[in-house]
Amino acid sequence: MELLYFGDKGWGDELFFATLMTIAVSITAMIIGFIFAALFTPLKLSNNKFLNSIGNAYTTVIRGVPELLVIYLFFFGGSGAIMFVASIFGYNDYIEINAFLTGSFSIGIISGAYSTEVFRGALQSIDKGQFEAAKVLGFNRYIYFFKIILPQMLRLAIPNLSNVWQITLKDTSLISVTGLVEIMRQSYIAAGSTRDPLFFYSFAAVLYLMLTFLSMQLLNRLETKYSKGY
Amino acid sequence: MDIELMISSFPKLINATLITLKLLSVSLILGLFIGLGFAVLRMNNNKLINKFAYGYSYIFRGTPLLVQIFIIYFGLGQIEYLRTTFLWVVLKEPYWCAIIAFSLNTGAYTSEILRSAFQTIKPGYLEAGRSLGIPSKIIFTKIQIPIAIKQSLPAYGNEIILMLKGTSLASTVTLMDLTGVAKYIISTTFKPVEVFIVAGGIYLFITFIIHNVIKYLEKKYGFQT
Repeated sequence: MELLYFGDKGWGDELFFATLMTIAVSITAMIIGFIFAALFTPLKLSNNKFLNSIGNAYTTVIRGVPELLVIYLFFFGGSGAIMFVASIFGYNDYIEINAFLTGSFSIGIISGAYSTEVFRGALQSIDKGQFEAAKVLGFNRYIYFFKIILPQMLRLAIPNLSNVWQITLKDTSLISVTGLVEIMRQSYIAAGSTRDPLFFYSFAAVLYLMLTFLSMQLLNRLETKYSKGY
Repeated sequence: MDIELMISSFPKLINATLITLKLLSVSLILGLFIGLGFAVLRMNNNKLINKFAYGYSYIFRGTPLLVQIFIIYFGLGQIEYLRTTFLWVVLKEPYWCAIIAFSLNTGAYTSEILRSAFQTIKPGYLEAGRSLGIPSKIIFTKIQIPIAIKQSLPAYGNEIILMLKGTSLASTVTLMDLTGVAKYIISTTFKPVEVFIVAGGIYLFITFIIHNVIKYLEKKYGFQT
């Protein structure tokens, strides 16, 4: 138990901040994922064949390729791509992107593919009459989307989004390969310097279990809130 | 675009694909047995056994696969006692550690898939079987299992694809699977995009095949229930 003391003697505080980092990366990745989903869901539902195939390509490729490979692509390729863009504007120095940004971005792209599928499914299972009624009643586009379609969509999407959250939370463990100090990386460092991997990795497992358990509790509450009236 | 690199790295990546496929198939087969065992335990009326099976699937589904591999590969070696038993022969090999972690992980997901498949079987079928005097062993193998296979195929197909992606984590314990070799080539040539296209293409191709095999099986087992 001494290993978990706060301060210089133990790894308690380090692991605590690492847990906060995991939560921060997961939330950022989830938000980036929503942005991607907002861009790609309309494409997937579009009648235009070309736009449709772009949407399909995104979800198929990301969901068919291992997360680790996507992370390596951004980890090794990210700064190269940005330096290339910067060189067009005449900036030729070496640019290193922050591990947090690379990590959240790559996990965000992955979680976005899952979110896209969830939103597509939710939109498609809203009764057609709702769209038609909203149009016939002459609501403007803002009310049409935010007051009529979105609330119904969220009700259907939230149970599946909580699955996406679980996947995203667990995927963040993979960013440890890029050196970002989240739970997994911190456990790796602690295990290396104390020669006690069994303890630290088991403790990491407990931390993840705690996170998934607590977030499920919160999400279940959200789910009951949004299914009010049904 | 460095087409030459893509062509020259292709054979290396194909070789590594064999390891990926080996990891995938061995852990899926072991995981299926583990999953079936735990699904049966989950349906047991004894509360303690039930809780144990639930706890197993909760822990393995609630923690990242990476943690599980690290506990088995780095963690278990720390127990002095294990080093003296024959288990150590298995546990010192990263290959077997990865297989153990993958099988236990996919076993947890499979047990959930099979449990829900068994539970959706209408009680009428079992009652019909029983009233015809069929022994419960045969009811299980000839009635419950075929229906459960049909019910669980779509979900199990997803699980196979998730597991295919999961095998990429073997590269974190020094195994040179498809992702491991891809990472090695990326880090020596610094051409991530080209390697990603080739390696990703191979993964997508395998996913495509799995997807179609499952579709075919769904058709084959698509009898009316």
